[in-house]
Amino acid sequence: MSTFWSVWVIVLTLANLALITWVLFANRKVAVDDQAEPENKTTGHVYDGIEEYDNPLPKWWFMLFVATLVFSAGYLVVYPGLGNFKGFGNWTSVGALEASQAKAQERFHETFGKYENMPIEQIAQSPEALKMGSRIFANNCAVCHGADAGGNFGFPNLTDNAWLYGGTPEKILETLYNGRQGMMPPQGPVIGEEGVRNATEYVLSLNGLEHDTAMAAEGQKVFNTVCMACHGMDAKGNQMLGAPNLTDDIWLYGSNREQIQHTIRGGRTNMMPAQKDKLREDKIRLVAAYVYSLSQQEEEKQ
Amino acid sequence: MSDLIPTREEQEGDGEVRYRMLYESEDKVYIRHIKGVFTRVRKYTGLPLLLAFFFLPWINIDGRQSVFFDLPTRQFHIFWTTFGPQDGFLLGWLLIIAAFALFAVTTLLGRVWCGFTCPQTVWTMMFIWAERVCEGDRNKRMKLDKAPWNLEKVLRKGGTHTIWLLISLATALAFVGYFYGVRELVVDLATFNAHPQGVFWVAFFTFATYMNAGFLREQVCKYMCPYARFQSVMYDEDTLAVYYDAKRGETRGPRKKNVDYKAEGMGDCIDCYWCVQVCPVDIDIRDGMQYECINCGLCVDACNSVMDKMGYEQGLIRFTSEDELQGGKTRFLRPRLFGYALILVAMTGLFAQQVMTRSPIEAEITRDRGARMFRESQGQVQNVYTVKINNMDQAPHEFTIKVEGKPEYDYSIRKPKTIYLVPGEMFSVPIRVSVPRDQLKDTKHDIEIVVQAVDNPELVDKHRTVFIGPKQ
Repeated sequence: MSTFWSVWVIVLTLANLALITWVLFANRKVAVDDQAEPENKTTGHVYDGIEEYDNPLPKWWFMLFVATLVFSAGYLVVYPGLGNFKGFGNWTSVGALEASQAKAQERFHETFGKYENMPIEQIAQSPEALKMGSRIFANNCAVCHGADAGGNFGFPNLTDNAWLYGGTPEKILETLYNGRQGMMPPQGPVIGEEGVRNATEYVLSLNGLEHDTAMAAEGQKVFNTVCMACHGMDAKGNQMLGAPNLTDDIWLYGSNREQIQHTIRGGRTNMMPAQKDKLREDKIRLVAAYVYSLSQQEEEKQ
Repeated sequence: MSDLIPTREEQEGDGEVRYRMLYESEDKVYIRHIKGVFTRVRKYTGLPLLLAFFFLPWINIDGRQSVFFDLPTRQFHIFWTTFGPQDGFLLGWLLIIAAFALFAVTTLLGRVWCGFTCPQTVWTMMFIWAERVCEGDRNKRMKLDKAPWNLEKVLRKGGTHTIWLLISLATALAFVGYFYGVRELVVDLATFNAHPQGVFWVAFFTFATYMNAGFLREQVCKYMCPYARFQSVMYDEDTLAVYYDAKRGETRGPRKKNVDYKAEGMGDCIDCYWCVQVCPVDIDIRDGMQYECINCGLCVDACNSVMDKMGYEQGLIRFTSEDELQGGKTRFLRPRLFGYALILVAMTGLFAQQVMTRSPIEAEITRDRGARMFRESQGQVQNVYTVKINNMDQAPHEFTIKVEGKPEYDYSIRKPKTIYLVPGEMFSVPIRVSVPRDQLKDTKHDIEIVVQAVDNPELVDKHRTVFIGPKQ
């Protein structure tokens, strides 16, 4: 706030306070016209022919009003209210926020503290912890991965046993802490349009999907020269690199011909944001345990 | 309006201008003790409520305090049921019903709530009883207040205030006990283990009760209570209220016992001022109806006892209606009352039905707000729902979730292994419902999600939602 506005606020505030005080004290008694008959029981105020009796209000009513004025004055001395004057109470909204945050952290620590050094597998056995984990998941992860963690187009399914980077507790924690940068480089310029088409048929054939056998045989040659570096000899993927398994009929970007061609031709980049600066350590552990437990759910026929 | 409150005037300067002060300290009201019908009636109306207030928390039902407002967990335990935040509308209706009951009673009998059952009146009367026990009746109290301080005055006043503080403390303990648990509160306070907030509120309500019933008293009714302001709207010419029968009473004045006063043009009122001296709100009922009057009937008792002494007929001041005073008859049955009665019966019935049929479990279904309506994977079409289960029962339950849809589809459902909710817990469970892609013939069809307690199949809640698949 510039000095002008600061002064502006101070003057307005104090002038209003003074005005209210004056109005109150000026109206605490009323002058009686001696010319009027001595029996006159009104204040002399007439509004639309309605006269006001001079019945007094209780004294404490007046004192309450005075108390509010005293309170305002005291408030303006202690708290920031007068322009740039910060008040003598050293109160700031940031300070209040930090104080309540510290309080909240303390309370969270009571709840989450006991999971800090517990192994993830053990946390996954505790129904209480899983409930908390599922709530944290719903608030932070479900937006991309879906409420059931079943994934979406471009977002991995966390409920199956196919893992891009590995499904051990350590790997899940690593993914959560640091995030992941998924990168499939564009192969269109490398293998040419025909190579893209042939490789696509080969990938379809690996998953037992409908494909052109002749093209797939050509595609296998392409695969063995270019793709296997990341996806492996048997096309089972490589969890060190986050290269997906191409044989399990589980798809991050769709399984139809056009989608696969698109993936090979233009590549895909993907990003799991790092959570270590967003979520507290103990919350991350709870979510990790929850995610770890998801693959243990079972389908039930109805 | 003949007797207005006398106002202080002050002279300024040479007496040119006179001022009237518009704020005055209220004069203390000294109530003369009186026995009579309405004093007895008050005992039997206010007392049960008072006893209920003090002793309800001490009664346990199902091993829990019978009325317990558990704010931290946001559960209100009232007798055999537990209400949660989602039952707020029930509270709203209860208050509306109470308001209409009040309107009906006021239409019929005027401000009897104020005079007979309002806590403000009941506590004030208790405090006045304490004054009478320690300091004596009206005249003695006035004398004592004027007297200089000496040992007797200290003892008498001390006694009064001790009793006041004890009543206030009991009130505060009972009140805070509704929120804290009264047994725990008393034990915690006695052993100095109470939560500081509990201690603060006990102190606060002790102080508030002491100030309110000790010093504010009728000023609450006169200046603060909103009900006093709009009661006049509910009165009509057949409302029973305390009236002074001016036809019979005037011309008032003192008289000798054996003189034929009627021949001298006198009325029945002997101007003894008892009706004014017993009035808790410090008005003279003989000026006609005033907004301060709370229909407590004390002046009726007082006047009747004087009439008895004089050998006159009772009822110079009585509960009657404007109609009757003007020579008509009070019509109790009138359209307004029928309207109130009808509304009250309807609302109470609906309310009772709502409370009786409350299911202690409640489920809500939300479709997952993903980028897509459905997911296709492994030859299945999948829809995801979040089932929010609220266990409002007194016992913990394990729940199952089932899906009921079209018989020709093979539904499968994926959900957490165990869904276990303690009493009062609310939990959101994500579930995935799948139908084989090659079976599905609808782009969109209705299904029902059934939430059921494993140990008690009666606790069940069904919700209709939709299953969406690819365009056919």
